Amino acid sequence: MTAKKLTDRARLARTCDMQGKRLLNGTGKLAVPVLASLALAGCITVNAPEDAIVIELNVNIRQEVIYRLAEDAGSTIEKNADIF
Amino acid sequence: MGDVMKTPNSKLFMAALAASVALGGFAAPAFAQRDPAYAAARSAGQVGEKMDGYLGIVGSETPALRAIVNDINIKRRAVYSQRAQATNATLEEYALTAGCQAIAATSAGEKYQAPDGSWQTRTATAPMRDSRCP
Repeated sequence: MTAKKLTDRARLARTCDMQGKRLLNGTGKLAVPVLASLALAGCITVNAPEDAIVIELNVNIRQEVIYRLAEDAGSTIEKNADIF
Repeated sequence: MGDVMKTPNSKLFMAALAASVALGGFAAPAFAQRDPAYAAARSAGQVGEKMDGYLGIVGSETPALRAIVNDINIKRRAVYSQRAQATNATLEEYALTAGCQAIAATSAGEKYQAPDGSWQTRTATAPMRDSRCP
């Protein structure tokens, strides 16, 4: 009887282990959508750098380009005095 | 019309007209003046020169001011894009350069946008411009 009780207890302990494993498996399955959502999040963050690049294009107008255009822009303003 | 064309005076007139039309394409814009409403808004400090080469509303926006600013900016954009193409530059590059020049060309009392984005009143001293401005 005592041996049966022990085995019963042992089985209970095993079922507890199994449940634990099931939980782990469950989280393992959950990790897939999490990874997928992370991958989707990666797709979304592609938009953020696009915006940043647009801003950088405005900011990164080089001084040498402005110097090259300065004379032409100056005469353009003079020629179109009505809108400047 | 044929009889009129035969007289020497009318021929002279037509030649003068043709010459003025030919020159007009280049000469007329140089002497074109600001629209009175735009000139008034500008001298009153209601509109100012932005860093990006376009006109901005300084204080509170009204439909009349918005109409003036939009009209000017649409025309400016057309000129910028034309000249940008001619100078092998981008629209933004050309507009920013024109903004440098337009801010430098403001007269005392007019508004302009400083590099920090704030509106400033032009004084006798040089305006605060983008560090890249010539």
